[in-house]
Amino acid sequence: MIELQQLSKRYGDRLAVDALTFTIPTGLVTGFLGPNGAGKSTTMRMILGLDQPTGGRVLVNGRRYDQLVKPLTHVGALLEAKAAQPGRSAYNHLLWLARSNRIPERRVAEVLDIVGLRDVACKRIGGFSLGMGQRLGIAAALLGDPAVLLLDEPVNGLDPEGIVWIRTLMKSLAAEGRTVFVSSHLMSEMALTADHLIVIGHGRLLADLPMGEFIDRNSRSRVRMATDQPEALMDALDRDAIAYRRGADGAFEAVGVEPGRIAKLASARGLVLTELSLQRASLEEAFMEMTADAVEYHAGPANAAAATAPHVKTSETSEYAQRKRG
Amino acid sequence: MTTATIAQAVRPGMISRLIPAINAEWTKLRTIRSPRAMLIAGYIAVVGGGALLTFFINRNFSSLPADSPFEPVRSSFGGLVLGQLAMVVLGVTMIGGEYASGMIRATLAAVPERGLLLAAKALVLTAVTLAAGLVTAFSAFFVGQAMLGKHGVSIGDPNVLRAVLGGAFYLTLIALFSLGVTTMLRRQTLALGILMPFFFLVSGILQAIPGVTRATQFLPDQAGQKFLQIHHQSKDAFGPWTGALITVAWVALALLGAWVTLRRRDA
Repeated sequence: MIELQQLSKRYGDRLAVDALTFTIPTGLVTGFLGPNGAGKSTTMRMILGLDQPTGGRVLVNGRRYDQLVKPLTHVGALLEAKAAQPGRSAYNHLLWLARSNRIPERRVAEVLDIVGLRDVACKRIGGFSLGMGQRLGIAAALLGDPAVLLLDEPVNGLDPEGIVWIRTLMKSLAAEGRTVFVSSHLMSEMALTADHLIVIGHGRLLADLPMGEFIDRNSRSRVRMATDQPEALMDALDRDAIAYRRGADGAFEAVGVEPGRIAKLASARGLVLTELSLQRASLEEAFMEMTADAVEYHAGPANAAAATAPHVKTSETSEYAQRKRG
Repeated sequence: MTTATIAQAVRPGMISRLIPAINAEWTKLRTIRSPRAMLIAGYIAVVGGGALLTFFINRNFSSLPADSPFEPVRSSFGGLVLGQLAMVVLGVTMIGGEYASGMIRATLAAVPERGLLLAAKALVLTAVTLAAGLVTAFSAFFVGQAMLGKHGVSIGDPNVLRAVLGGAFYLTLIALFSLGVTTMLRRQTLALGILMPFFFLVSGILQAIPGVTRATQFLPDQAGQKFLQIHHQSKDAFGPWTGALITVAWVALALLGAWVTLRRRDA
């Protein structure tokens, strides 16, 4: 059980994490979502006691992380692809970790089997690929058989096979009753794996809700229409009190209406529609909208740090948009 | 959950928390090549350098300046200035390698108590360098005295055993000092870049500058090397025991700084 209470982290005049309060639900895969620079990694490091909060606190099973006895048996974490020295073998890397928390040595072989690194157990970590390094990191996280797993961007840089492996693993870990807290900047990734979502933007909590609810709330669909008789169509929509927007290409878009209703409306008036289609907003767009909103609402006088740096935020979101396209 | 809660309520004592941390540090040290290589390199440099120096001293003994008493033990440690660099590397890499690779985060997640971690590292480093230091020091002494022939001393002569043991402790103290400085700097290359030239060159150069010679005797390496002398030299500002104490104080200061840094700074 991990509880964050008003957790904050300030670097100079930049507030990286801003009074975060939430409890990670147990036994589920919880997606920790936010654009790059939102404060996800900093939050995870504070949970592990690697970074000191400048305000608030975070408790793991009711204690500060550095007060835990045998912490690896409470929380397993994957922070970076390679948090291991290249000159040591995978087996010996896991061995010193096991020794540090009085974990029996046979567990080392067990976790190497789980992640599929048995054959390279005695090879030096320096020769590992990114994917193998990631598997070793997962093995280290599983070593103490912890009830809680923290995974920071585990699919970053992995090949498709590795991505599928991580997804399957996270689901099976949750099926075993473990709590999996996984960060990502990709909504699409979370939509496939997470049961619960915690969204942050610029260090602030934006959403803390079950995945299903997020989808219901955010997958609003739009109806796109085009016609050679725009005046008539506008008149018809106005009469039925359907809100619409006219795009640059002359096509119309309406929100919260079924395409069938538009079709009937047009047919009743003898209107010819050259296009009628349902545009489903992707979760990715919903997520971007959510985090982009946070940027605008942030610029209040109560938050001086945010108010002084709106351009930084825009560049971050556009960087995010580029990533999505690429 | 209840058993876990009960287990958590009773926090084990300092010693039972320290033992697994020491075990982990020892496992780390013996599972990479460089520490072993450094201990061997240090041995070769100290013993070999001493053998070389004492060989030439013995051949040219009559032409040596006679204004100060001859130091047979110090002479057999003629390779110490070079050999101590291996201890510097060992002390630096003990934590510097973890900062360089990012493994420090894994270490701190496994052993979150900063003081406990530093204590475990310092104790393992002490044990390893002292064991290797004793072998190195006695080898250097006996090889050196054999080279000096009739100019040599016996281990039973006054102050000789103390000086030889001093050679072993000196190597340990240099390693610990390097561990402390590196933890404060949190950068392996920076620590090596400062400590290696300092111990190999700067200290010696400063010593040769008239006017600061007396002050340089208080530097960690020069103060500690006083402990390898068996006679009082006219230029000495203090005796061997004061010298040892000064070096120990430097080490204590470095480790205190390391502890404060580990506690305060984010990993």
